[in-house]
Amino acid sequence: MDITGFMSGQRKLLIAGSIVLLLVFIATFPLYGGVYNTRVLTSMLMYVVLAVSWAMFSGPTGYMSLAPAAFFGIGIYTMALLQNELPFPVIIAVGGLLAFALALLVGLVTLRLKGIYFAIFTFGLVVFMSEMVYYVEARLGQIRGRDVIPLDAQMLLYTMLGVAVATLLAAYFIRRSRYGLALLSIGANEEAAAHMGVNTTMIKVILFAVSAIFMGAAGVVTAPALMWVDNRIAFSTFYSFLPILMAVFGGMGQLHGPVIGAAVLGYLDKTLRVQLQVYFMLAFGIILVLVILFLPNGIVGLVPMLQERLRRLTARLRKGGEAEPHANT
Amino acid sequence: MPILEGQDVTKYFGGLAAVSNVDFHVDQGEIVGLIGPNGAGKTTLFNLISAAFPLSSGEIRFKGQKLNGLKPHQICKMGVSRTFQETKIFANMPVLQNVLVGAFFGSANRVSGADAAREASQALEVVELSAMGATPVKDLTLVNQKRVEVARALATEPELLLLDELMAGLNPTEISEAMELVTRIRDRGITIFMVEHVMKAIMGICGRIMVLHYGEKICEGTPQEIVCNKQVIEIYLGEEADAAS
Amino acid sequence: MIERIPQLITYGILSGGVYGLLAMGLSLQYGVCRVLNITHGEFVMLGAMLTYALTISLEMNPFLAAAITGPLMFGLGFLLQTTLFRSLKARAPSPAAFEGSALLLAFGLLYVIKYLAQMRWGGASLAAYYLTDKVTFLGMTLFLNQIVAFAAAVALGTAVYVFLTRSRLGRAIRATAEDPATAGLMGVNTNMILALSFGLGGLLAGVAGTVVSTKETISSGMGFNTTVIALIVVALGGLGSVPGSFVGGIIIGIVSMLVVGLWEPVLVVPVYYAILMVLLLARPAGILGKK
Repeated sequence: MDITGFMSGQRKLLIAGSIVLLLVFIATFPLYGGVYNTRVLTSMLMYVVLAVSWAMFSGPTGYMSLAPAAFFGIGIYTMALLQNELPFPVIIAVGGLLAFALALLVGLVTLRLKGIYFAIFTFGLVVFMSEMVYYVEARLGQIRGRDVIPLDAQMLLYTMLGVAVATLLAAYFIRRSRYGLALLSIGANEEAAAHMGVNTTMIKVILFAVSAIFMGAAGVVTAPALMWVDNRIAFSTFYSFLPILMAVFGGMGQLHGPVIGAAVLGYLDKTLRVQLQVYFMLAFGIILVLVILFLPNGIVGLVPMLQERLRRLTARLRKGGEAEPHANT
Repeated sequence: MPILEGQDVTKYFGGLAAVSNVDFHVDQGEIVGLIGPNGAGKTTLFNLISAAFPLSSGEIRFKGQKLNGLKPHQICKMGVSRTFQETKIFANMPVLQNVLVGAFFGSANRVSGADAAREASQALEVVELSAMGATPVKDLTLVNQKRVEVARALATEPELLLLDELMAGLNPTEISEAMELVTRIRDRGITIFMVEHVMKAIMGICGRIMVLHYGEKICEGTPQEIVCNKQVIEIYLGEEADAAS
Repeated sequence: MIERIPQLITYGILSGGVYGLLAMGLSLQYGVCRVLNITHGEFVMLGAMLTYALTISLEMNPFLAAAITGPLMFGLGFLLQTTLFRSLKARAPSPAAFEGSALLLAFGLLYVIKYLAQMRWGGASLAAYYLTDKVTFLGMTLFLNQIVAFAAAVALGTAVYVFLTRSRLGRAIRATAEDPATAGLMGVNTNMILALSFGLGGLLAGVAGTVVSTKETISSGMGFNTTVIALIVVALGGLGSVPGSFVGGIIIGIVSMLVVGLWEPVLVVPVYYAILMVLLLARPAGILGKK
């Protein structure tokens, strides 16, 4: 977390430069990467969107939503249903809006109560959506699953890049704003936050719903790559588990944590999962357990943690074994 | 002119009355103390005023407006702010961000970023913590953590400040400094209602004192009147006698 | 269709017993250890799969198998609490932060257990029914294993209830759930209590798994949906209430049978959610639970 709220001019320039370079790399990738790898890159960006938007709400507040898959799936089905009816950008907006609406409902019902009800409700939400969609499709509509017309891989890459950029910008500006401060205060001590004038329920509900927009949008853009979807494919618990794993692995507290986690694990997922299947998912589960236990601040927290350990070690050596005053009792 | 009044305030937890038919009032500009043995209901009364939980019966009014049914954030925006017995600071956040939460959200109207920053630094000046804006609150001493809580509450622009055991755990020097701080705050036009166990502070700065015992108000008056009150002496001397035996 | 209602309701009550057992274990684990154990369904799955393995390979009586799966799942729960959740709790900056990270930890564990099971037993559905004899009662056709399942659930549930309310250990557990700090000061070994409670929840899940395997198809992937149901029953019946768990379980049982029999099997979960939503809007503490 940015303690002082500002960085030196040089560091800012370096970071801005790297971001520009990265964007250029991604934008030109289709020219030399080939179709398959372009799809892999698009997938990685999809995971970036999911991980960042999950961390947007669950990171600061500590309210762990287990429902990203539900909102993502809504996006997928929105595309499957509307692909011939509306232009692609409009479908993205509609997908985002529908995800927003569902998240708003879930939030209004559960976020005014203890956090456990939020967890209970979001855990099964993907099953709820899967069954509902199946019912409407198979029983009322007499069909099971739909074809999704594949779109140009390059266009999908750019679109997903656009969604990713939008997600990151939203996450960045929310973090810096008073609402980001409010979310942190809710996670730190919700009762105190309320007593200092924070309308905790409203802020939680709105920010949770906003984070769902991007998940829905990512779903819309992913659907053409799947080519055929049914309720099982669209609403799969993987799309809850993987983004959470990526965000936690990368580091929930920082903006770039989930990005790094999504890039690294998303790449591994796309390239290795097909070959190693069950072992792979097992490994991912173990990684999540280990990271929660031993690396709670994720990969990005590793550097400060090592620095702190080094500092304490050298201080102890310098003082020749004298006990160090503990600031934190 | 009472800025805060309560009538017949009662709170039951299960079958037990933590606060029972308490009438009270605090006038504008006063520093009123609330004392009583542990478990007397003092913090419960504060929690009822700030709406941490609802009343079982009775009424509390701030500036003539009923507080029943309102939520804590609404009461804060009306002008009532507080600190907590077990300091509820935002531990991992820096001092300045802690106070900024109060600055941004505590006023009735929307505050600009610049105004909030100004409020926050003013509040930090009052508690004399301006130099520590960037320090994470969890790294501070207890005294300073309590001051951050006060600054955070001040940043909400309160007209009434509820202080819950501000002096607990402080040494004599720190207590004197805290007493000065409270008086300084009152001199800025903020009415103060404080729960305290530290007699030196109560006697030193409170204009009026209320005594609670087993949830009931047993008397109130000036420090001199309270000290001479037979019931109060019994409660406290009785405690001392128990402690001595 | 209408004539089927009494039978459906009876089926619902009978299956509700097992649901109540599930909810009771989960409720205990959350109430005492403050862990929302979303791996609960995986414990049930393990109980079911182990029972299947024992009955198929050793031709063991499933109810005898419960004597193995119960203690085994108790051990697993005990282990998880003493190793993982306890060390997580020690590092957590606040109780709220602990609950959040414990939830994520459990989420990871869910996948570990699920995929270990899949590696061992594959993903296919299996069946090892027992006591499928029919019984006629008041004009309705019931199955023996349904009745036995219900009886077992009620027996075990009552035993746990009596244990929690009458025994010294039970009271220590309830004290720790209510106020861990004070309980510790009064001499209660809270670490042991937490481990025992988590283990007890695991035991209940394991036995529930055994019972389920006698009357339903099972698979290594059955855990997730089982957890969803258990969570809903807990939310309906109220956290921390044993009678509430059973009331909630029976209600869910009846609702599920009615929806399956009269409407549409696939709408069972959506209906649960609708009920939960209404309840959370009206009475957040559940039917019998405390806030």
